[in-house]
Amino acid sequence: MGSVDGYVVKARQIRKAFGHVEALRGVDFEAEAGKVTALIGDNGAGKSSLVKVLSGVYQPDGGELMIEGRVARLSSPRDLRRYGIETVYQDLALATDLTPYENIFMGREVFRGGVLAPLRLVDRGAMRAKVEETFARLGVTITDQLAPVAALSGGQQQSVAIARAAMWATNMVIMDEPTAALGVAQTQGVLDLIRRVADHGIGVVLISHNMPDVLSVADSIQVLRLGQRVASFSRGECDVPDLVQAMTSGTLEEAKA
Amino acid sequence: MTAINKTVNKASVGSAITRVTGNAGKGGAWWLLRGLVRRPSLGMLVILCLLIVVFSIMKPSAFLGSYNLRGIALSASVVGVLAVGQTFVLATGGIDLSLGSVLVFGTVVSAKVMAGMGGVSAGWGAVLVGTVVCIVASAAWGLVSGLLVAVLRVPPLIATLGTLGMALGAAQIISAGLDIRAVPLVLSRDIGYENVAGVPLLVVIAVVVAAVCGLVLWQTGFGVHTKAIGSNPEGAVRAGLSVRRHLITIYVLSGALAGIAGVMSLAEFSTTTIGGHTSDNLTTIAGAVLGGTSLFGGIATMFGTMVGILVPVTLASGFVIVGVQPFWQTFAVGAVLVGAVYVDQLRRGSQNRL
Repeated sequence: MGSVDGYVVKARQIRKAFGHVEALRGVDFEAEAGKVTALIGDNGAGKSSLVKVLSGVYQPDGGELMIEGRVARLSSPRDLRRYGIETVYQDLALATDLTPYENIFMGREVFRGGVLAPLRLVDRGAMRAKVEETFARLGVTITDQLAPVAALSGGQQQSVAIARAAMWATNMVIMDEPTAALGVAQTQGVLDLIRRVADHGIGVVLISHNMPDVLSVADSIQVLRLGQRVASFSRGECDVPDLVQAMTSGTLEEAKA
Repeated sequence: MTAINKTVNKASVGSAITRVTGNAGKGGAWWLLRGLVRRPSLGMLVILCLLIVVFSIMKPSAFLGSYNLRGIALSASVVGVLAVGQTFVLATGGIDLSLGSVLVFGTVVSAKVMAGMGGVSAGWGAVLVGTVVCIVASAAWGLVSGLLVAVLRVPPLIATLGTLGMALGAAQIISAGLDIRAVPLVLSRDIGYENVAGVPLLVVIAVVVAAVCGLVLWQTGFGVHTKAIGSNPEGAVRAGLSVRRHLITIYVLSGALAGIAGVMSLAEFSTTTIGGHTSDNLTTIAGAVLGGTSLFGGIATMFGTMVGILVPVTLASGFVIVGVQPFWQTFAVGAVLVGAVYVDQLRRGSQNRL
């Protein structure tokens, strides 16, 4: 897990333009195994574009993406899975009529063995056991494993989506605004969960608007502005005004200085 | 994801449900109600049983006679096989209006081929060829619907309304609008009128088809993916499912099942029935929805569909026997259907609101 220098993902001088609009103008970014790396920036700073490059949705026009120390070429989100990277989308992408375990194993079902193996019957017992183990490890409490996801609260649905990513990821989990739709108590629960995912040795990339959330959970905060990284802070090095200043008026020169 | 936004700040529903269901002793009626709302197929099964009990009490000898029960089962079998395909399509969040026309097309092509191979006096070879032709010709229309829906992204309602018209029109062109009666005798004699332990062979075929397909929907990765696509197509794509291919497969399956139903129909009536399947699409949709399949996709059981198909048939037969105008059946099914869809919406609404 992780490369020699401890970075699971390292992006160098990533460029991406849409017509005349340069969304990313040579962005550097790195995420470490076992750490929460926050990516923040104002609307239009290039957060989503960078995440889409990191998750294989966009192909960069220039620059280099290294995963575990090797140059990676991602041509689809499915490629990303081969690198042990999972994404938690802002809309969660859960099938709300199905149960948590069916969602977590979607497309990666466990089938019954033995004489029935050729029938490709799903082994619900095995899937539920594995999911319960993962929930226990991550401290996720979902009492009714047989209820459809639609019957769960917003925070619990978020937990299912995060647990799905954490269960399959061996390198990194990318989370897009995981607390945007949650109340105070549920937000705290999800932040704790994010921390625990990182504590299991996985790199977490957290995209968020919410600066108090970011300050409370992130080990490293990287600030984007106008398609470039303008600041990079470690835990405890900054407060909300610092972040706001970097987001609104930071420049590349300051970051280098 | 407004649903999620709405659930913000609310207590955990999962645990609320466990709490409620755990209190069965205190609120048995509430628990039962909850169970019926969560599993509407059981509710419809209760209604079906009530209907049978009521009609049996009113006219025990006539209603419970083997002649009547066989009649009920027989008239449900062809449309039952169609409803199996409809259930798969509804589970993906789609709808298949073309089923009846596709069946007619399959039977016309198949009957033409069998007529050319000897007609009424043709043997099992012709029946075998006719069966394959019927299934393949029907599956081909399923492929057309599937490509329209999955590749060209035409809404399923319109895509299958289109194939409905095209398949029926093509069948009428091929047959010049006249039913083909030169169906091999062996087909009707040895399949259509055959019984297995007193049960019509056609009913046995329908039950086997429904059981196998029900198992596929319930217990296989294919079935889980079908419901996942109906529940959240975008999420299914992101989970790495090949949604497009899966949708095409579902419509082809629905077409092929219409082909099987077509052969059964030829065996039952010894003729094509060009004018006879115009309302099959609505009957199958009503049956599936009565049985708890959601019109919005994601929720479907084959057991529910079979119960849902039997309700209108039982009503019709019972009304005739007790001397009520059978037109009341159409009326009653319409009313119950609206009720079933309302319960479905209520169920989804309560999940999102709680």
